[in-house]
Amino acid sequence: MVKQLVFAITLLVSVGIFYFTINRIIGFFRLTKPAFPVRDYGRRFIVMLDVAIGQTKIFRRPVIGFFHALVFWGFCVIAFGSIEMVIDGLFDTERFLKFLGPVYIVISASGDIFGLLVAISILIFLFRRLFLHIRRFEGIEMKAISHMDANLALSMILVLMISLLGMNTACAALVLRSSEPMAGVYPVSSLLTGIISGFSTSHLALMYEICWWMHILLIFLFANILPYSKHFHVFMSVPNVFLSRLYPLGKLPNMDRITYEVKLMLNPDTMFATATSEIPVERFGIKDAEDVTWKNYFDALACTECGRCTSVCPANITGKRLSPRKIIMDVRARMKEKGPGMVKHGKDFTDQKSLLRDYISEEELWACTTCNACAKECPININHPTLIVDMRRYLVMEEASAPGGIKSVFSNIENNGAPWQFSQDDRMQWAQNIELHIH
Amino acid sequence: MEVLKVEVPVMADLHARGEHPEFLFWVGCAGAFDDQYQKVTRAFVKILTFLKVSYAVLGKEESCTGDPARRAGNEMLYQMQALQNIEIFKTYGIRKVITICPHCYNIFKNEYPDLGADFTVINYLQFLDQSVLSGKLELDPQALSNISITYHDPCYLGRANDIYFEPRSILKKLTANLVEMERNKSFALCCGGGGAQMFKEAEKGDKEVYIERTEEALRTTAKVIATACPFCMTMITDGIKSKNREDDIKNFDIAELIVQSLNI
Repeated sequence: MVKQLVFAITLLVSVGIFYFTINRIIGFFRLTKPAFPVRDYGRRFIVMLDVAIGQTKIFRRPVIGFFHALVFWGFCVIAFGSIEMVIDGLFDTERFLKFLGPVYIVISASGDIFGLLVAISILIFLFRRLFLHIRRFEGIEMKAISHMDANLALSMILVLMISLLGMNTACAALVLRSSEPMAGVYPVSSLLTGIISGFSTSHLALMYEICWWMHILLIFLFANILPYSKHFHVFMSVPNVFLSRLYPLGKLPNMDRITYEVKLMLNPDTMFATATSEIPVERFGIKDAEDVTWKNYFDALACTECGRCTSVCPANITGKRLSPRKIIMDVRARMKEKGPGMVKHGKDFTDQKSLLRDYISEEELWACTTCNACAKECPININHPTLIVDMRRYLVMEEASAPGGIKSVFSNIENNGAPWQFSQDDRMQWAQNIELHIH
Repeated sequence: MEVLKVEVPVMADLHARGEHPEFLFWVGCAGAFDDQYQKVTRAFVKILTFLKVSYAVLGKEESCTGDPARRAGNEMLYQMQALQNIEIFKTYGIRKVITICPHCYNIFKNEYPDLGADFTVINYLQFLDQSVLSGKLELDPQALSNISITYHDPCYLGRANDIYFEPRSILKKLTANLVEMERNKSFALCCGGGGAQMFKEAEKGDKEVYIERTEEALRTTAKVIATACPFCMTMITDGIKSKNREDDIKNFDIAELIVQSLNI
């Protein structure tokens, strides 16, 4: 009864804090702009099965991708066990889901095996981070806190897995000594019972209790730390994939407000009419946190800073300042900085800073070739180029700011319909004196 | 051998005569003005004539699609160009467009429909591969068979629109020696010219992107770097020059290689 009460209070506190955090984030989402309508649920579901559940894009790096896939699939399976622990904790039951019979055997056995596989994968990840020099874990955006964030989350997952296996092992050892039938199958933990064969029965029971509480409390803690760390990824990545942009990577979103204005300009009847005040004057493109779309912000929250995008970026590879990962991280950081003020004082709130320039420089934005290597590589379908082009849209259309060469392109297109300064009348010069040899 | 002078049909002339060609061949700015890339346009027109395709070009009525403006952030200029181009297409009742430039292809296929465009767009590699597969275009497997070729995927055909198969299918008919660069297909490295980079100085860095890519191509055994995009061609050719390899390494567009193979 005491255990139930303690558990219920802990659960309530955890859920309460989590609710507060999520509410805060929803408040930030309210500040964002529309992106695209979310339709085509069937197609979205397939993309989610493929990219998220199937982990297909992470397998673009087959070796390390394999270990990530193990962690992901492991989490999915172990989640059943976590749900069961919550039920057990609240209602003082033991292995509540065992009524599922053969299904429970599968759940318990795979949870136990994945416990070990996840632990091994995490050890490999930690080793890589701590002892190997992996280029994509470096970069101007990777501060000491980014590395700490990563190592902390990995360590927490490791302890989660150790406590899970400890719990199962103690349980298996206890069952061995009693005549009770075992609920579920634990292939890995059953092998590990040998290690603790010297423990007395009461010690085993204590070990079970300690591991049980450690595991569940760590889950509650982890769940509440995640939204403040890059590992929010754990919650956000699958929904982010479900909410993917479904267009081909080459497509940029149309600015319908511009279409309205251009059509007015091209129409002889309205050409000279003064601008109507029906449409509220809104900023073109992205300058600051309030200009990003909900999808840009979703991307930023789902990003776990793996750096695959940056490692394939032609600009970054050749030493330019642009790093697609940084652009995404900057969106999140800027929203964290300006969001609370805007929630409190409205969207007009200003802190004399902006995403553009204070976070992302023009030099970074103009270095992008829009080659889409970053977006292709991102394991959770984050789209960096549309964000970069949206910031260029602000620069060009609100500030008339662009590199000299680009400004010439604009005036050439305006004057002679080509990015170069050639007359439209010369467009057929290539067609002179073409001879076809027929054999 | 018979020598035939190729007259390139212009849409306005055909329209005046009441004729409606099946395809509009969209030449593109580089196709019309870039010295090196004009050869690609000429090669493709030769193939079209050789195949007796019913087509026409817009000629002096053609104007920039707006792609470099759009990717540089000038949505206003892009939409002005696009809406005017769409008007011209409508005037001539154009239903099918062939492009050689991947940037024109991408913007027609993915972005013009948002502004009311209603036509199908085919990239020349799709068209050529279909012609080869259907037997209309018979390539001589001997002409270039000993030449080792590598193919540089343009971003706007590859990643942007998933066209990886067609160029390789054609090149495999041309040579028995198609070799891949380390980064190929969806992993291919950009030439550095897209997104209006072609028209500006590169930002400060350790290296030009086209050098990085050319070096990768030079690490293969290929004697020919095949490209399928005007910007890629400029960049790769510059890369070959700056590595002083223009004597033994050539950069050709796939259309040029086909013309060489056909010897037309």
